[in-house]
Amino acid sequence: MSRRLLFLLPLATLALMAGFFAWSLMAGRDPASIGSVMVGRPAPRLDLRALRDGDKPLTDALLRTGKPTIVNFFASWCTPCLAEHPLFTRLAQRDGAVIVGIAWKNKPEEARAWLAKLGDPFLYAGQDFDGRTGLDWGLSGVPETYLIDGNGIVRFHFRGPITEKDVRNTILPFLKGGKP
Amino acid sequence: MIPELGHFALILALAVALVQGTLPLVGAARGDARLMALGSAAALTQALLVVVAFAALTQAYVTSDFSVANVVANSHSAKPLVYKISGVWGNHEGSMLLWALILSVFGAAVALFGANLPDTLRARVLAIQALIGVGFLAFLLFTSNPFERLSPASADGNGLNPLLQDPGLAFHPPLLYLGYVGLSVTYAFAIAALLEGRVDPAWARWVRPWTLAAWCFLTLGIALGSWWAYYILGWGGFWFWDPVENASLMPWLAGTALLHSAIVVEKRDALKSWTVLLAILAFSLSLLGTFLVRSGVLTSVHAFAQDPARGLYILAFLLTVTGGGLALYAWRAPKLTSSGLFQPISREGALILNNLLLCTLAATVLLGTLYPLFLDLLTGNKVSVGPPFFNATFVPICAPLFAALCVGPFLGWKRAELWPALQQLRIAFFVAVVAAIVAAVAIDSRSTLAAVAFGFGVWLIVGSLVEFAGRLRLGRAPWADSLRRLRATPRAAIGMTISHAALGFVVLGAVATGAWHLEVIQTLKPGEKTRIAGYDVALVRVDNVQGPNYLAERATLAVTTDGRPFTILQPERRLFTVQRRQVAETAIHTNGLRDLYATLGEGDRNTGWVIRLYLNPLAPWIWLGAALCAFGGFVSLSDRRLRIGAPSRRPAVQVAE
Repeated sequence: MSRRLLFLLPLATLALMAGFFAWSLMAGRDPASIGSVMVGRPAPRLDLRALRDGDKPLTDALLRTGKPTIVNFFASWCTPCLAEHPLFTRLAQRDGAVIVGIAWKNKPEEARAWLAKLGDPFLYAGQDFDGRTGLDWGLSGVPETYLIDGNGIVRFHFRGPITEKDVRNTILPFLKGGKP
Repeated sequence: MIPELGHFALILALAVALVQGTLPLVGAARGDARLMALGSAAALTQALLVVVAFAALTQAYVTSDFSVANVVANSHSAKPLVYKISGVWGNHEGSMLLWALILSVFGAAVALFGANLPDTLRARVLAIQALIGVGFLAFLLFTSNPFERLSPASADGNGLNPLLQDPGLAFHPPLLYLGYVGLSVTYAFAIAALLEGRVDPAWARWVRPWTLAAWCFLTLGIALGSWWAYYILGWGGFWFWDPVENASLMPWLAGTALLHSAIVVEKRDALKSWTVLLAILAFSLSLLGTFLVRSGVLTSVHAFAQDPARGLYILAFLLTVTGGGLALYAWRAPKLTSSGLFQPISREGALILNNLLLCTLAATVLLGTLYPLFLDLLTGNKVSVGPPFFNATFVPICAPLFAALCVGPFLGWKRAELWPALQQLRIAFFVAVVAAIVAAVAIDSRSTLAAVAFGFGVWLIVGSLVEFAGRLRLGRAPWADSLRRLRATPRAAIGMTISHAALGFVVLGAVATGAWHLEVIQTLKPGEKTRIAGYDVALVRVDNVQGPNYLAERATLAVTTDGRPFTILQPERRLFTVQRRQVAETAIHTNGLRDLYATLGEGDRNTGWVIRLYLNPLAPWIWLGAALCAFGGFVSLSDRRLRIGAPSRRPAVQVAE
């Protein structure tokens, strides 16, 4: 009898593995996501010098205006930022989005020159030269984009450049009616 | 019109496969010769129909028919012809069609060359092969139709995934599939044998060439994939223990074990149920690889179109094939009895040790691959199992495997003495120890383990050659006598020597590249220079390059030795805007003994660019060794004894019925 059980062992192992696979397919998880601890929590502290001369410093109050806000970390040295830049320009011009741009680990004069060349979609622009604010926000690099609701709660966190699809499926619905 | 013809041929192929998968089984059970004979005709028809379907899709790609959705999604009119053709299988639907094509062609090959198989066995093998085909054809037609039309037609296509537009990768999938699907034939033979209730040497003589052919293609496919990863991913390594790499390594390990255990069944009529189990597992592991790549349960560099519905289908299919096979195994295998008895110290014993170690390796890889998935599901923790795990588990298990590899061929069947075998190997042992000591003293005194591993590589090469020399009585008999012996040596033995020695080259390349590579990472501005192992590398300039569908920065590095120009390296960093993907295009200069390897990292004109330089000693040996390993397999395959249709030299073991 135990010999028979031995021959059943491969089948039993398979059944166990199959259970796991089925479960993982049903659970609808995204294995690529490394997740963000920020989503669902109040946006971290914002206390930055303005990027443009003569602007007021950036404070937490900007994120608690009752209007949804986009916060984008960028840098002039970052090629993917170049790729997503036209989308922000369009969001600002056509859709009237409130966008806060933060130049991360970027010399202010270089960031200003970059924006002067490509166009400046940011209603508010700050500088985070030493990357400390990026640290508070759980940044892993640039570009990263956060969607903040009117009460200052982080609702979305994009790692990497945003795409046309993100704008259409997530950002625009978010701007229109809170939750997409 | 032509895509519809292809679609229609595919539907007909499914219908034919259904007939081929059922009636011959009934025929074999009832002893009805006419129903059994149906299998061969159906197999040829099915292959012809799938060839028509594949040709239709290829035609759509070559002529850039942008009314076919699949062509629009994966091709572009401006692409070179070779990538238009490789685009046929560079996507989910097309690659499944390629799989179905190879499957049906192999089925036809069994029908064509299987005239000397017992009727019931041939009918059953063809039926099982057809049932696997039904699974793939239905999958294609119901979830992934490659011939779907797009209305209105598109003006141009979206282009192929940038990573796939590479000569190395164009032929990686077909080779891998030849391997995976070749294992389906051994699976079909295993199931047919369980249905028949008998496994005999004649059966093993049929299974071994198929396993060997599949194994050769799998070896080449894996080597090509690893080479691609080496020069395109830009991390300087050649194997990353990525889930998909592992998915191809597992069937290879199981297939290698099967290759060796089938010898025991053939020569000694033993290890039967074990061999049948291996045949089932080897093909199941191939399917598992397909499932893991396409269902999206694991992430990897291979981003295939991931769709839960397809995932569920493949899972159901995997369960049917593997579960059905293993259930049949649990029911029928206990009845298989062996006649060959042997002592632990014998050729059989050595081959069992080989099987145990290879299967432990496969199990280790399986565990390492699936552990993150299990942990994520059970606890929600995200972990990644990487090289440290495999270095701590996989590598130590290789040591006894390599140690025993050279000893096995010296042992006789049934009963042998270990000591005389070891004495014959003392030269190899001496050379290997010297190599290890030289490596430890001269190259790297910190990593003893690498030196030992290097010694193992030398042991494999010299040990295999010593065995071959002994077979020819080289140096102990007159030259003419040795030459005569060489001519009489079966090709299988020559192939074994080549493959075993080639493994030694792979080990040497892997150890040298892994442990003794030099690496310089430096930020350079144009005009600045750095040094790596006697080469002065100067960054001349960095240009912005506009590719057809990407933006790139291209660095020009001038390499000099002692002031004399040596070579120019031009690594690139490409950003594909649509796919959000950065692809490093490395620049490699090789001389067969070492690679000088350069990649371009982040940077700009003011701060400079991050330049990575690697000097990888013996790196080309990894892939040359793997190719040689496969070549050894092909040499063995050309052995007269295994040639399909060749009359058996040992009529005593022919099927007596």
